[in-house]
Amino acid sequence: MSSSATAVLFDAPGPRARLRNNILTLVGVIIILGVAYFVWARFSEAGQFDSKLWTPFLDPGVWQGMILPGLVGTLSAAALSIVLALLCGAVFGLGRLSDHWWIRWPSGVVVEFFRAIPVLLMIFFAQAGAFELFGYTMPAFTAVVIGLTLYNGSVLAEVFKAGILAVPKGQSEAAYSLGLRKGGVLRLILLPQAVTAMMPAIVSQMVVALKDSALGYIISYEDLLNTGFRQLPNNFGNLVPAAIVISLVYIVLNLALTYLATALERRSRRSRKSTAKPVSLAAVTGGTSTGE
Amino acid sequence: MDALLSNLPQVLDGFWSTIRLTVMSAICSLILGTVLATMRVAPTPVLRGAGTFYVNALRNTPLTLVLLFCSLGISNVLQLNFSDEPSMNGYWFAILGLSAYTSAFVCEAIRSGINTVPLGQAEAARAVGLTFLQSLRLIILPQAFRRVVGPLGSVLVALTKNTTVVIVAGYTEAAFVMNEMIYEGSGTVGIFLGFALGFVILTLPTGFFFTWLAKRLAVGQ
Repeated sequence: MSSSATAVLFDAPGPRARLRNNILTLVGVIIILGVAYFVWARFSEAGQFDSKLWTPFLDPGVWQGMILPGLVGTLSAAALSIVLALLCGAVFGLGRLSDHWWIRWPSGVVVEFFRAIPVLLMIFFAQAGAFELFGYTMPAFTAVVIGLTLYNGSVLAEVFKAGILAVPKGQSEAAYSLGLRKGGVLRLILLPQAVTAMMPAIVSQMVVALKDSALGYIISYEDLLNTGFRQLPNNFGNLVPAAIVISLVYIVLNLALTYLATALERRSRRSRKSTAKPVSLAAVTGGTSTGE
Repeated sequence: MDALLSNLPQVLDGFWSTIRLTVMSAICSLILGTVLATMRVAPTPVLRGAGTFYVNALRNTPLTLVLLFCSLGISNVLQLNFSDEPSMNGYWFAILGLSAYTSAFVCEAIRSGINTVPLGQAEAARAVGLTFLQSLRLIILPQAFRRVVGPLGSVLVALTKNTTVVIVAGYTEAAFVMNEMIYEGSGTVGIFLGFALGFVILTLPTGFFFTWLAKRLAVGQ
């Protein structure tokens, strides 16, 4: 990845450039070591290298009793919301491409509205609104899933729209000329090719859903952040080590998903099953996949 | 709706905090993000590695954890503080967390902008004898920045929405005010719609403006 970036900017270095690069490396190493020393000094001053703060992570009981149940909570909330979000995305994404203005416009309003407001607001409202309107005490899990579904659903609606628009026009023209109707063209020609093209974007959106599920911490949902960063430090007083271990779990999960997305994109670029170019999340949302 | 009007000063205060957090974090993360992007395309493997490490770590950690770590970890455990006054301290820790997280996305936006500049441009710049910095300043960056405007706009919109997560660091902004008002039992639907409208007013025009700007600045390929 970096080699393609660097290839743009500079030639194979000559003797002077090599010297300059070496000096730059040295300066870089000194700065990085300086930062590392600062962190190390602070940590040891606050006694964060005490073995009793770190040994809980070697205890299988801690993993079985706290971290893994939390991880299950995180994964189940994220998985359920991405499935529901796919349904929402399909409905509203296709709605935005409808030939009827009375379907197109409301779909557009819904998608833009839920993309414009913070997920946290939706989560708060889902819980409080359910109680006030229906007298129903909503479990934190449901509130998190509703918030994540609405937000990710509206992003995925844009992905669906872009995926279908990415199928070349000739495909649907050919299908119409064979006598297929609107529904048939969509179901038999456009959707199968669009789904292949959308896969990388959908997997990237899973990273966003997974990270956003940590918002459940705020309404005391038993997710990885809650068990690993509230209950665990409450028992062992190891807040900083817990933060490091928990973030590592998130990072490994998300990097694996990102890797999968890249692999899928490469495959769908090669694939001859679809005439559509793969849709990247960045192209659809106009930027990087910045979840909460 | 009555609840919103009778509490108007608090509501506006909340949104004013949201705006201040957004603007300050946007400035900080733009600076830090540009530095990181420069590191990630630098000719030295050490700097590239450090940049990649930072971006991968921060981009894949939930913002909630980043902000909690700032307020609980750095402030309480490591005893590093910005100010003795709690509200100022909370404000700067919120900005620290938001900028640390957002700068990873800014870096990726800028880096992908640099990567979309056709290879021939840089080769031509080198062929006419421009040095690394000259070709970066005169050829690559002017083209890259135009392509980066759109993605940076959506990072800004995301940042505006992300300021609500600051609630975990105990700093009062719009989401905090909304939660308080709901908790006091002054209705939910009206309050939610009011706050949602506030965020729509903040984010939609920003999004439209950056889309317009990106189209206007786009260079023909």
